[in-house]
Amino acid sequence: MTLYGYRVPMMASLLVWCGIWELVGQSGLMFLVPPLSAVLVAGYAMVQTGTWQAAAMITLHSFAVGMALAVVVGISLGVLMGRFKAVDELFSIWVNIFVSAPLSALVPVLMILFGMGETTVIVTVFLFAVWIIVLDTRAGIQHVPKSLIEMGRSYGASTFALYGKIVLLAALPEILAGIRLGLVRGVKGVVIGQLLVAIIGYGELFELYSRSFDMENFWALTIILFAAAMLMSAAIEYIEKKVDYYAGVR
Amino acid sequence: MMASSQVNGPARAVHSPAGWGLSLGRLFTQHPIASRLVSLGLFFLIWEIAGRVPISYAFPTFLETLSAFVTMLFDGSLFAAYGSTLQPLIIGIAISGAVGVALGIVMGLSRTAEWLVAPLFIVLQSAPMAALIPLITFVYGIGLAAKTLAVIMLALPVVVLNGYKAVRNANPSLVAMCYSFQGTKLQQIAKIIIPDASPVIFAGLRLGLAAGFIGVILAELLITPTGIGDLITYHRSVANYAEMYAAVVSIILVSTLTLAALEAFEVRVLRPEKRRG
Amino acid sequence: MTSSTASIHALPRAESAAVEVRSICKNYKEVEALRSIDLDFPRGKLTTLLGPSGCGKTTLLKIIAGLVEPTSGEVRVNGKPVTGPGPERAFVFQDFALMPWATVMRNVAFGLELKGMGKAERQSIARHYIAEVGLTGFEDKYPHELSGGMRQRVGLARAFAVNAEVLLLDEPFSAVDEQNRRKFQEDLLRLVEKERKTFIFVTHSIEEAVYVSDRIVLLSRRPSRVSQIIEPKVDRTASPDAIRRDQGYLDTVEEIWQGLKHYVD
Repeated sequence: MTLYGYRVPMMASLLVWCGIWELVGQSGLMFLVPPLSAVLVAGYAMVQTGTWQAAAMITLHSFAVGMALAVVVGISLGVLMGRFKAVDELFSIWVNIFVSAPLSALVPVLMILFGMGETTVIVTVFLFAVWIIVLDTRAGIQHVPKSLIEMGRSYGASTFALYGKIVLLAALPEILAGIRLGLVRGVKGVVIGQLLVAIIGYGELFELYSRSFDMENFWALTIILFAAAMLMSAAIEYIEKKVDYYAGVR
Repeated sequence: MMASSQVNGPARAVHSPAGWGLSLGRLFTQHPIASRLVSLGLFFLIWEIAGRVPISYAFPTFLETLSAFVTMLFDGSLFAAYGSTLQPLIIGIAISGAVGVALGIVMGLSRTAEWLVAPLFIVLQSAPMAALIPLITFVYGIGLAAKTLAVIMLALPVVVLNGYKAVRNANPSLVAMCYSFQGTKLQQIAKIIIPDASPVIFAGLRLGLAAGFIGVILAELLITPTGIGDLITYHRSVANYAEMYAAVVSIILVSTLTLAALEAFEVRVLRPEKRRG
Repeated sequence: MTSSTASIHALPRAESAAVEVRSICKNYKEVEALRSIDLDFPRGKLTTLLGPSGCGKTTLLKIIAGLVEPTSGEVRVNGKPVTGPGPERAFVFQDFALMPWATVMRNVAFGLELKGMGKAERQSIARHYIAEVGLTGFEDKYPHELSGGMRQRVGLARAFAVNAEVLLLDEPFSAVDEQNRRKFQEDLLRLVEKERKTFIFVTHSIEEAVYVSDRIVLLSRRPSRVSQIIEPKVDRTASPDAIRRDQGYLDTVEEIWQGLKHYVD
């Protein structure tokens, strides 16, 4: 169960694991694990099919909408919680509960409320991703140096300018870290949501391939999914590093 | 302080202990009880009103859900379900803990093991492992083993990575102290590195448990209709929405209370130096 | 009151030296930290390594302790070359290096615990030294319950407990506040008198060096060399307050400051 790997910078040992995967697959010891090369061939063919492209589009769409909502709501709520004690006290218990609650149990409820369709998946992505963004944004806002805000006030910044030009930028490193973690959780959310709904997007394909024992395609699907998750995470991390150069001197 | 963790770099913390974990424990220390009660009360009030409107035919009121919860508590169905749900969870976490701590220590002490194993777990940590749960059935059927494996799949990466980072970042000053008093390598590991790493290792187990809850529920909903997952599916299929909601709320409640208790234990027992302030 | 004569002192004869440092060099990649250091540390005396910050005094101390390998050169303790830490040396750490999960008792007895000594025996030794550093009654406290000064007393007791001949103290008072530091310095002098061990002490405080030392080794800026050896002539039988007002003490402090001033920019 531990034999997958894809391109991650400076992680050459993953190639070793890919080699082991290939060997295990060639030996034919486990019918669940076809050779990596066969998986790659199947994957190459799969991405050219309309079925996969449609599934990928709908998955990406659910993910993007859910994440966008989570980022907007998460940052807004985080800022409010960071700035206003009353808001903080009202919401902190719920944010802290949901950030580590087994949200997979909530998906059946979402299914009856929002139907067996894309809306449920979007809401699942949102619920998986939003809480950590709230928490990190809140922490970032609370750590904005007081003197920086007083500086802005003393130079006559309007509230709008104060938030747009000082507070949000000063909290940016934490907010980005929250978004990256939210992204990782959102990917888990989209997978869990689609698996449970089971009739749309990637979930449908997973269901189809695992029921028909089509392991080449199943693993090809998994690799593409894992790679997409890693690439997105790496992209945000890249932006974080760009931001870190000024964050270090705060 | 970053309230979050960095996942993609061996040198960084997996989930900084001060992140979303610790804040859960602060619930019980920092915020006055009054504001928490108001917050809870307000939520339940909105729920009750939304249920009475009703916003959906499948949306019971808070009081209906509460009474369903009490009924299930007394007819024993909740207890039976939790017996079935918690067993694989505990076994899975125990196995993840043993394997994770051992692997973490080996990786923390050997650069070769680190190079070979760490990237794998960094990938697994941020990958949606849930996608592989349907595969479990082929090998382990739908019994206890399948659920346990689902827990391990989701919990192991975070447990391993925390163990590894804790050992790798063991206080160098204490290690030098042990060396200066001619401590052997074995004494250094047993008397300095493991005790020094234990709070972070424990935090890893706690995060693993949170992931394990997701895993066991997912397995029960997807592949093995037993336990609390079955309770949810069953009541949904016969349109007993109040009972279904009660089951969902109960699992969130159980996991929250368990994690908060573990965190309180961690702060009290394992980090005496952090207790003040 | 004795008058102070601070002078470059001839190296004492080798047999009276507990620790001999022979042409020690240490490079960190391109940075040359120590250049050909030759020093003898006389038995039963307190010798201080003093110099501008970043001059490598701690590095030299850690080389003597066997915690850091020199690039070239040799350290001999009682004539035997140092290859690593040994039972005849004990180290007191700048950041105390106390185990936060262990009580004062276990921390002080830790060196003995590592040697495999039985619990009753090591605790009775530890209890003695806990009393010596003035911490009786704190045996079952944890480090986080103690002040900085008390924590370093634990570190000192731990070093005493293993009964090493040579005690190496790396800026032991730098993380201790000013008032506690003064009290601690006075207690240290009493312990030096009582324990009859060889002390090697690193500090960046001139006053502290003159107050506690039999000999002061002035190190120059990187690459560090021995620039001067001073023996403060201070009457240590006088009361602590008298010493701090002693003309010899004040003159020596001033002389060292004049020597070091040009390193400060």
